[in-house]
Amino acid sequence: MTPLIEMQGIEKRFPGVYALRNVNFDLYPGEVHALMGENGAGKSTLMKVLSGVYLRDGGHVRIAGEEVDFTNPRAAQDAGIGIIHQELSLMNDLSVAQNIFVGREPRRMGFIIDDRQMMRDAAALFAQMNVALDPERLVQGMSIAKQQMVEIAKALSHDTRVLVMDEPTAALNEREIDELFRIIGQLRAAGKGIIYISHKMDEIRRISDRVTVMRDGQTIGTRATAETSLDEIISMMVGRALTQEEAQIPDLSAAPVALEVRNLTRGREIRDVSFTLRKGEILGFAGLMGAGRTEVARAIFGADPVERGEVFVHGTRKRIRTPVDAVRAGIGYLSEDRKHYGLALPMSVRDNIALTSFDKFQRLGGLLDEGAMAKVAKDSIRTLDIRTPSDAQEVRLLSGGNQQKIVIAKWLLRDCEVLIFDEPTRGIDVGAKSEIYRLLNSLAAEGRAIIVISSELPEILRLSHRIAVMCEGRLTGFLPGGRATQEQIMALATQTDRSIVSPAEQESA
Amino acid sequence: MTEIPTPRTASSPERVNFFATATAQRMLAFASLIIMLIMFSVLSPNFMQTNNMIAILQAASINGVLAIAVTLIIITGGIDLSVGTMMTFCAVICAIVLTNLGMPLWTGVVAAILTGAVAGFISGTFVARMMIPPFIATLGMMMILRGLSLISTGARPIYFNNTPGFDQIARGSLVGKVFPALPLPNGVLILFAVALAVSFILNRTVLGRYTYALGSNEEAMRLSGVNTAAWKTAIYTLAGGIVGIAGLLIASRLNSAQPALGMGYELEAIAAVVIGGTSLSGGRGTILGSLIGALIIAVLANGLRVLSVAQEWQIVAMGLIIIAAVYADQLRRQKTG
Repeated sequence: MTPLIEMQGIEKRFPGVYALRNVNFDLYPGEVHALMGENGAGKSTLMKVLSGVYLRDGGHVRIAGEEVDFTNPRAAQDAGIGIIHQELSLMNDLSVAQNIFVGREPRRMGFIIDDRQMMRDAAALFAQMNVALDPERLVQGMSIAKQQMVEIAKALSHDTRVLVMDEPTAALNEREIDELFRIIGQLRAAGKGIIYISHKMDEIRRISDRVTVMRDGQTIGTRATAETSLDEIISMMVGRALTQEEAQIPDLSAAPVALEVRNLTRGREIRDVSFTLRKGEILGFAGLMGAGRTEVARAIFGADPVERGEVFVHGTRKRIRTPVDAVRAGIGYLSEDRKHYGLALPMSVRDNIALTSFDKFQRLGGLLDEGAMAKVAKDSIRTLDIRTPSDAQEVRLLSGGNQQKIVIAKWLLRDCEVLIFDEPTRGIDVGAKSEIYRLLNSLAAEGRAIIVISSELPEILRLSHRIAVMCEGRLTGFLPGGRATQEQIMALATQTDRSIVSPAEQESA
Repeated sequence: MTEIPTPRTASSPERVNFFATATAQRMLAFASLIIMLIMFSVLSPNFMQTNNMIAILQAASINGVLAIAVTLIIITGGIDLSVGTMMTFCAVICAIVLTNLGMPLWTGVVAAILTGAVAGFISGTFVARMMIPPFIATLGMMMILRGLSLISTGARPIYFNNTPGFDQIARGSLVGKVFPALPLPNGVLILFAVALAVSFILNRTVLGRYTYALGSNEEAMRLSGVNTAAWKTAIYTLAGGIVGIAGLLIASRLNSAQPALGMGYELEAIAAVVIGGTSLSGGRGTILGSLIGALIIAVLANGLRVLSVAQEWQIVAMGLIIIAAVYADQLRRQKTG
């Protein structure tokens, strides 16, 4: 049988970074091929090469035996490659059918959109997938799972032979996952090829035929899933780094409580959240997308209002209504979205570090002491190992990891006792990631109290001294660091109001 | 996730980067100004005369001061439609203080600047605390102030008959006393002084750095615990004070406060700012650019008049210049990415 896709010796370089090195990957009709690896391992880059978003620097791509050279995403789409991204990209104010056929609406007389034909076509697609969805309803308000079905239907409408799914179950509950897997089974039976990107071992086991593991931009190996043990896949994924980077859990029972949150509440987003954080502790916040972790952090920080709840810093009640209050109380928040909420991109490294601490650099009459600013910026560049040509470089020209370090430098300058890191390594490559981990560890060792919000379970497990898990705005449980497993976290993270499956049953399943 | 890698490893010169983007557009504007000067000189022998040059500077002075105020607002990512009628209102208050109340000259000066600052503070409060979009807030202020000017004067001009020497603020010439060959009016000196002072504030002080930072990423500043509302209000207040100076200039030039005047000045000021390379999306821009922009507008109007081009066509030419200036900026930005 000819493979649907054959990628051989794929190379991709970005200035200063070897993103893909001699990567091999193939996919047969009727196969689910799992692609695994930690974030930054090169999975997304490989898929972008496959779908024509990036031009490759070397290697061959063959589709159904024919050598291809996609120069844009459209060409890949025409060749039958469809991608369902982790962040769904539907237009909320359009109907399901309009979303599926956007840009290719059936027409009459060349310019009038044939709405009825479009509805019929969409309905036919859903019938083929065997799902009950109304083509006429608006996407607005649909669950993530339903939206995913629409994305799949959209891909199928393109005569897709290869479907790439990037973390499709990240925001789904058990029942929705079952439904998704049923559809994947159907597609497989129809001879489509599916590339399935996921971190979740149990899913890979359930659904995939083969698994390929990537690390540091290279393929580590491809195995038949049924004949491969979990341990083998994990050790392929993490390499030797696993033993070195395990969380060191200090005994903090005697350390004073730095932050206490009591009964924080806002509608259904934040429901009666209470916890304590000790000096020197790293508390990990785990949960699925939309579990309310960022909402809690922003509420503590005063970025968003709350209905009820009290915040104590070192035992004293603090009224925090704005971020200004929070910083005064010694609480810092580093947003998950550095570019939008963390940095002034067109401004220099020096300005970005000093910007929020100008009271330290102010001389008579509001004059800025550029010399002192430069000195502090250069100190930060050295101690945090920020790679930049100079402190006058514009921040937008730096890599994600270095940008993150600038945000950290900015907050260190503010002397906050409590630091909340929201997805601190999102969009950062592997090397820079472990540097950020080391930095967080040393900040905790210095006695700062740290909260880390992360959607990557390995990250939570590697960093946290204690793990708080959230689901649907509630804290569903705490787990001790070091000993907790991904399965335990997932059980707590899926404890929805309606979940009939108890965690114990889930584990045995 | 596409990461933009660091392009250079060698240390780049200090300071240069911060203004690099604005510099290119400013050079472009400056070159256009020189080209226009040469062109008009070739076309008409009457153009390049000392008196005519001084007339150009005189004409640019009021718009220049207004443009400086608007530059501050635009760098924060806002827009100010109220500077024209605010200027008039400041002139009116000044006239009431001097003519109707018969107070000494310096109180008129203080009253004009203070009135502007208060009006700016109110605009700033609307924008920064009440979260009204700047376009709407200053549109409202434009109408409110125009109405107040007409009400407080009974829609009649007030002349500065009781205050001899008031017209000297803009029309007198300190330079002319020292160098009789160069009777540069005080109004032009005031423009340059304001430009220097505001440039200094923008480049060297906390307020200036926050002006750029607010325009670059206001939400990031807020989430860093910066009191963004207070700083923004301060910037609007400063801009208002500068508008007060423009009010003094126009009152002195006309030796009267004309309550019906003012509409349209805001658009000419915004035009000068845009021609000078300040980005309407905020975070970028310089006072020198706006100054050059105001001069380009004045040179164009004067040059076309010297060539006896009808005033209607002057307006058309102005429109074309604005479009061309911003298009040139777009082209340059696409090239540099």
